[in-house]
Amino acid sequence: MTTVRVLAGTRKGAFVLTSDEKREKWSVSGPHFGGWEIYHLKGSPADPDRIYASQNTGWFGQLIQRSDDGGLTWQPVGNDFTYAGGDPGTHLWYDGTAKPWEFKRVWHLEPSKTDPDTVYAGVEDAALFKTTDGGVTWTELTGLRTHPTGPSWQPGAGGLCPHTIILQEPRIYVAISAAGTLRSDDGGETWRVINRGLLSEGIPDPDAEAGHCVHHVEAHPAKPDTLFMQKHWDVMRSDDAGENWHEISGNLPSDFGFPIGVHPHEAQTLYVVPITSDSLHYPPDGALKVWRSRAGGNEWEPLTEGLPQRDCYVNVYRDAMSIDTLDEAGVYFGTTGGQVYVSPDSGDTWAPIVRDLPAVLSVEVQVLP
Amino acid sequence: MTSIRVVLPVHLRNLARTGKEVTVTVPTSGADADADADGAGAGAGVTQRAVLDALELAYPVLRGTIRDRQTGKRRAFVRFYACEQDLSNEPPDAPLPAAVAAALAAGTEPFLVVGAMAGG
Repeated sequence: MTTVRVLAGTRKGAFVLTSDEKREKWSVSGPHFGGWEIYHLKGSPADPDRIYASQNTGWFGQLIQRSDDGGLTWQPVGNDFTYAGGDPGTHLWYDGTAKPWEFKRVWHLEPSKTDPDTVYAGVEDAALFKTTDGGVTWTELTGLRTHPTGPSWQPGAGGLCPHTIILQEPRIYVAISAAGTLRSDDGGETWRVINRGLLSEGIPDPDAEAGHCVHHVEAHPAKPDTLFMQKHWDVMRSDDAGENWHEISGNLPSDFGFPIGVHPHEAQTLYVVPITSDSLHYPPDGALKVWRSRAGGNEWEPLTEGLPQRDCYVNVYRDAMSIDTLDEAGVYFGTTGGQVYVSPDSGDTWAPIVRDLPAVLSVEVQVLP
Repeated sequence: MTSIRVVLPVHLRNLARTGKEVTVTVPTSGADADADADGAGAGAGVTQRAVLDALELAYPVLRGTIRDRQTGKRRAFVRFYACEQDLSNEPPDAPLPAAVAAALAAGTEPFLVVGAMAGG
């Protein structure tokens, strides 16, 4: 029997939500690591019972946890994310001064598609680390941090965070707030910025290579050169592996938001959750709506059935949306109000799996045969 | 060698899969032995760093949770106490105050690792 497993990282622990393929009745386990911020947890595509979690608090720092049994039990693995090469150099601070690179936390864990022991970690301040021994040791891929534009990278409000890692090995995409999107074609050794076409308020140079506050990027699994981006403002698309971007915000009520999702079977179907503005991080008019485009962007429809349409002032973070791979794809997202919603019919109808978790930071879904 | 009781905050107990209190064996230097011979008391010369090194040796999972991995310094929201004294800002390589060291060595007082109070 097919099992659907949703991994939710929250401000106060991790939760594992499981159901059958109908996705109607759910069991909830957790909190795992109660009291700790779980920025992200994700299972290995090569071994779905191998799950990695990024565990952090301001008090006790960063840990990485690993489960080998689908989240039933966990063991802490390596937490040494020391930048390679001694002096890590500087990036731009909020006040325009140069600030030394300093490790703060792991935002995103991206397991290899083929090897359960290999995982990439996007860490703040912006750098990419890799483990090949199941998280015991981590080695920085220095080409990202030492990119010539690195000294000009400036943190967004959440920090200088590499939040998106897309593996198409040897190609890797990384997106950093607020540096932009970069691509490596050699497994992370060398990188080039791919931000042509992004226009950002506050950056007067329309050709600026870096400084763009990219919130999230997704690639379609069957069309790897087609990328979709939710930027600070603007929803964007590239059909040439990020070489050129164009706006697809179309009729969205606001093109500010954090997550963006791509349907696994329909290359032109995508999802966003518009937020009122950069200063009002809640849905327009207090009505929570997922917007779906079936035209690859520009033409969007609101999806509301089962979602609160009044007095709702939650946000949905960048890593808090995921889509399963069942024939009738299920769409999932978590909110800062602690709800995790599921749509078992590609967005037509929604229901809460849970309503009262801590603020949800990340949502990932797995389909287990 | 001196056995010292260390009290951990709840999150670190869970992480180390231990109880509220652990006992660690802290090496004493030759100078300490001389101090003992001089009647300076057990535990003389024990430093904060030696206690924390011994704690991390016994519980490697705690590396990085009390002291920053990169700098080796106390994490900002972690504090150290013993005998009702705040030792947090004492130099890590300075011998602990004689009365504190004696109490720790005698086992009458523990070394407290505390998560600083803050909201959230």
